[in-house]
This record gives sequence, C-alpha cells and structure tokens, in this order.
Amino acid sequence: MRYMFLPLLMVLIFGASALAADVSAQAAPGGPNAVAVAAAKVPPGLAASPQSPAAAAAKAPVPAPGGKKMQTNRTFTISMFLLIIAATAGIVVWASKSTTTASDYYAAGGGISGIQNGWAIAGDFLSAATFLGITGLMSLFGPDGFMYSVGIIISFLTILLIIAEPCRNAGKYTLGDILAFRSSSRVVRGVAALSAVVVSIFYLLGQMVGAGKLMQLLLGIPYKVSIIGVGALIIVYVALGGMKATTWVQIIKAALLMFTGVVLSAGILWKSGFSLFSFFDSVATSPEIQDHVRGVMKHPVAQPGFDYGQRFLELGLFFKNPLDQVSLGLAWILGAAGLPHVMMRFFTVPNAKEARKSVVASMFLIGLFLIMVSFLGFGAALYVTPQKIMALDKGGNMAGLMIAQYIGGGAGTVTGDLLLAFVCAVAFATILAVVSGLVLASSAAIAHDLYVNVFKKGKADQGTQIKVARVASFFVGAIAIVLGIACENLNIAQLVGLALAVVASANFPVLIFALFWKRFNSAGIIAGLVVGTVVTIGILMVSPNMTYPKKVAADAQKVVLALEKKQSEAGGLSAAELKTLEKAKSDYVLNKDGTSLVGLDAPLFPLKNPGILSVPIGFFVTVAATLLFRNRREEEMFEELFVRQTTGYGVAKAVKH
Amino acid sequence: MVDKEIDWAAIASHPKFVELHQAKMRFLVGLWVFGATSYFLLLVGAVSFPDLFNARILGRLNFGYLFCLFQFVLAWAIAIIYTRKSNREFDPLTTELVEMIVKEECQ
Repeated sequence: MRYMFLPLLMVLIFGASALAADVSAQAAPGGPNAVAVAAAKVPPGLAASPQSPAAAAAKAPVPAPGGKKMQTNRTFTISMFLLIIAATAGIVVWASKSTTTASDYYAAGGGISGIQNGWAIAGDFLSAATFLGITGLMSLFGPDGFMYSVGIIISFLTILLIIAEPCRNAGKYTLGDILAFRSSSRVVRGVAALSAVVVSIFYLLGQMVGAGKLMQLLLGIPYKVSIIGVGALIIVYVALGGMKATTWVQIIKAALLMFTGVVLSAGILWKSGFSLFSFFDSVATSPEIQDHVRGVMKHPVAQPGFDYGQRFLELGLFFKNPLDQVSLGLAWILGAAGLPHVMMRFFTVPNAKEARKSVVASMFLIGLFLIMVSFLGFGAALYVTPQKIMALDKGGNMAGLMIAQYIGGGAGTVTGDLLLAFVCAVAFATILAVVSGLVLASSAAIAHDLYVNVFKKGKADQGTQIKVARVASFFVGAIAIVLGIACENLNIAQLVGLALAVVASANFPVLIFALFWKRFNSAGIIAGLVVGTVVTIGILMVSPNMTYPKKVAADAQKVVLALEKKQSEAGGLSAAELKTLEKAKSDYVLNKDGTSLVGLDAPLFPLKNPGILSVPIGFFVTVAATLLFRNRREEEMFEELFVRQTTGYGVAKAVKH
Repeated sequence: MVDKEIDWAAIASHPKFVELHQAKMRFLVGLWVFGATSYFLLLVGAVSFPDLFNARILGRLNFGYLFCLFQFVLAWAIAIIYTRKSNREFDPLTTELVEMIVKEECQ
C-alpha cells in the first residue's frame, strides 16, 4: 500500500506546483507572469522563424525584461514532466524495496555493473549546465564553448588513470574512508565530511538555481515554488531509494539525454543536407552570425576585409587570458576527479576492473554527447540566430531548447512543441538526477563519516545507519531549498567553477597523497582540506567574480555620458534610451560609494579562476603540514593501504554482506 | 582488522609487487602527463598563438577546432590503450599477487 501511495504523492507535489503557477499567472494581471502569458499568446512562429515579418512585428511591443518566456505548449510540457516524475518515482519505489543495509544505501550493495555505472557517471557529468550551458556558449561564442567540453573529457584522464581503481580498492562509501584508513583520528573524519558537504552544496546550489530558472522560464512556475518542488522530490528520492535509485535515475536520464543528442544532431545534419562542410560554410556566411560577432568584438562598423563569419569558427572569442585558461584547466583536470558524488560512484561496482570499465564507458558516452552538443551549438547559431537566443536569455541558456523546437518544425507546430516539451523534460530529469547524486553524497558524508564514525565511533547497526542517512538527506535537501531560494541572483557557472576549484586545491592533493605517499598523515589531511578550501574561497572573494560597485558606477557613468551626448547632439532620445539613461543614472548613484562584499574597490586577484594560485598553495600546505608533524604509526599503516589499493585485496569481503 | 597477521611491509617490498607498482606508475603517469600537456597546449595556444590556431585546415575548419576534436580522440585512445595494457599485463600480475597474499593469510 505504501508503495502505491508514493508515486501518487510525488505526482501530486508537482501537479500542485504546476497548478499553482497557472493560478498565479491568471490571477496577477499586470505582474510579470501576465506579460509572460501575453508573450505566449503571440502568433506561432515567434521563436524560430526568422523570415516571418509578422512575428518580428509582434515581437516589438513585448516589453523586454522579466516577461521573456519560451513559447511552449503547456499541456505537452506538463504531461512530459509528469511522465518523467512518474517513471523516476517508479524506480525509487522499486529500489527502496531492496535497500536494507548501509552498503545498499550508500553503494547499491556494490551490485552495479561496470557498464551500468559508466552510464551513471556519464549522467553525473552531463548536467543541465553542461547540456544547456555549453550549447548556449557555443551558439554565442563558437568553439570556445567546446573548450569547456574538452575540459570535461580531459578530466576523465585523471579519473581513469589515477583515481578510479585505487579508490575502489581502498574505499568503502566515502572519501572519509580512504583518508581515515591510516589514522583513527576523528578530526580527520570530521573534516573530510565537512569538506564533502561544503563542496557538494556549492555544486548542488548551481544546479538548484538553474532548475528554478529553467522551470520559471519554461512553465511559468514561480522560482520559489520550483525550488521547493524540486527539493521535495529529491529528498523523497534520495531518502527512500538511496544509491540504487539514484544510479538508475542517472542511467535512464543519461540514456534520454543521449537519445536527445542523437535526434537533434541528426535533425541539424538533415537540415544542412548531410554535409558538414556546407553546414560550416553556412554558419560562416550567415549574416546574423557575422553581425553578432561584429557586436561581440565591439566593432561599431564592419572592418573591410575582416571575415566575421570565419571568426565565429575560431577560438578566443570568449576566453581571452591564457593564464585564466590554465587556471580553469587546472580546476577541471584535478577538480572533477575528487568531486564527492563522482568518487562515490566507484564504490557501487564490485571491483577495480569494473570501475575501470565504467570510466571507459562513460568517457565514450560523454565524449560523443559533447561532440553532439557542439553541433547543437553551431546549429542553434545558424538556424535560431544568436540575436533571438540572446533576446530570450543573455547567457544563451535557452539555445538548446530553441533549436529543439526549430528542428521539430518551429513553435506552434505539434512536432516542434512536442520535441521542445521532450527536451525540457529531459533537462528536468537531468537536474533531478544530478541533484539526487549530490544530496546522497552529502548525506553519506554526514551519516557515515560524522554520525557513525565520529559520534558513534563506528558502532551503529544497519537500521540506525540507514535511518540517520535518511534524516541527513532530508536536512541536506532542506538546506538546498533554503539556499537555492536565497541565491536566486547568483551566477550559476561561478558556483560550479568554485566547487571544482575547491576540490582541485583541497580534496585532490589530500586524496593523492593519502593513496600514494608513505609519510602523509592526519596533519597533512586536516591542513590540506581546511587551508585549501579557505584559500580558494578567499581568492574568489577578491577576484573579478565579485561585484565591484565602483566599477558598476564607472560603467553606468559611461552610459550616461554617451547617452547625454547623443541627447544634446540629436536633440532627443527614444523612450527605450531614456529608460536606459534613467537606470544608468540611478545605478551610478547607488554604486558610486559602494565596495565589494569584502570592502574592496577593485579586485586584488586579476583572474576569474583561482586555480593557478590556490592549487599550488593547497599542495604546498598539505606537504608542509605533513613534514612538520610526522606520525610513525600512520607511516607504518601505509603498506597495508598501499598493497590494498594496488591489488584490490580485501575488496570482495567489503562487498559481501 | 581481521588481517593483522599479514605482513604488509613484506608484500610491499616483494619484487613482484614492486615490479607491478613501478610498471603501472610509469605507464599511468606517462599517459597522464601526455594528455595533460596536450590539453594545456590547447588552452594556452588558443589565446597566445592565434595565427597557428586560426589556420584553415579542412574547408572552413581551423586548426584550433580540430585540436579540440583531437582531444576527444586522444582521450578515447588513452582509454583503449590503458584497458588493453591492464587486461594483458597488470590484471594477471595483480591476480598473482592477491593469490600470494591469500596463501600467506592461510598459513
């Protein structure tokens, strides 16, 4: 009875939030939602047919900010969402029946095969940020977005060659298990758990904020309602289904995403007559793209002889500073390997060989998907045009959805709306799956490391362990909801980047030394994790990622001066320009005396990515603390850990239960 | 721990174990350094050497874009090479070692 009730409950949670959105949209005339509805009622063809003059005319009177919304078919989209929720809820119910021990809960009893785990890892990496974010970046800045994709695939070299097998051999459920192998120090466990929670929450926040924005834009569900809905759903999933449900939701979502990628890239190839050369030729000769590139390069007038279309296919339109590039590269190549939710994946397979197989499988899946995403990005630039994409979302995050609608036949057509609804639902499933993995990783750190090993000194029966893990997942989910609502206006990419940089500077050095360095000890672990994390966040606080009011004021003043000059020369300004002028003036007044969050006028650290400084500091501090506080006992324990992590001896015993 | 009787230090200094470990390290670190170097060359080159990276190679496709694609091929190649090497060399050696440990444990 309980099992039939649950899916019903989950459908209710979401059905209710969708309904609430409907009501609020109708009940608030004049509010931003009413604008969105008005925009949606504009005749079909607005979003994806560049040729239609009627659409262009209809677009003009729609007010710009706040009211932009993808033109969707609500019935299709909501049914697809409900279908996804029903299917995933079914998996959760099925998985919850066989989740009885701590090993089931944290590691699916070690019963996931290599290939299955490969799909699940692919699912962990192919987040909505990857799918929508990279498509968007490529549709606006060309192959620079592709360099992100390269970062993802290259980060797998570290996972494959250095992390996966030793972790599988030496660990049990969490990073804390590996770090605490040689020392029984409870401080080590505690710090490891705290670090896992901090990193996961940063990473998770990025996903939650993205989810809220997506639902707001697609379904018109208010941001807060979306966050609460997604959070509630994930709490139920993780608390009941544990690792088994999380893994299978991840596998299914990865399959859906791959399918989406294949369908959409096939569609783009078909539109371009199955010739890649003519496809890239049309990208480079598209007048819209050329115009857009001219804008990006800030050339007010086209420079004669400059091929703006070809420039779109070249690197360096978005990334400009080589040091920043290296910094970002370090975060990827070292950071991704130590993410707690990715590490946990290796404990779900029975042995190192399967762990290796899973990494290889996921590399092929992720690589293929990322290459398909690059076609989607170029396809969106060519067929939807950068101007239309930016009109809906400045960061280009809607490009992937817009190209889906275009390939299906355009807005207003049944196939176009259906394909769009399908891709939206897949994006939603992606968010559910990735956040579930993150909540599970944090709750494992809290329940397994903090509760069982720190408070109970390793003595807790299976039932209690699961119960505590479930309660922990509830609290992590609740925190995610609260923070998600609080961080509505934060830049998402920044959060994910921050998580990666922290892992690269803190968790990665500690993990590597724990596995391979005999003299490494508790002092090194604690110093490395704490200092690495604090330094990375510290550098970020004084980096250009923060808002510097004086700079905002200076920019606003430039706008004011330019517009006032125009006003006096041309004798007047259009209504929109007057509005901009007003806003710039008030921006200037509001910001001219302000300082950044930590009281700075200008950034102290010149780069957006802290890695190039924080990674060396992290390694240095870890080594220094290790050498300062030698610990013979821990050095003696190294041989056992070393033999185990190399050979996998003793793993089979850990799996059987 | 149940396995306290096992002399881990003796295994760790056993020639077979040393051989496996060294062979593995040489191979893995070598591949990793190679892959990482090519990645950083791409990151730095894309911004610092525009003439080379913007040179058109195949129709409209330039060196930089093809270099990005090459990274995927390289990652896949490394995955395949490592899998084959493990299956042929490392895994049998590992199995031998585990058998050795088990034997010692039973004594």
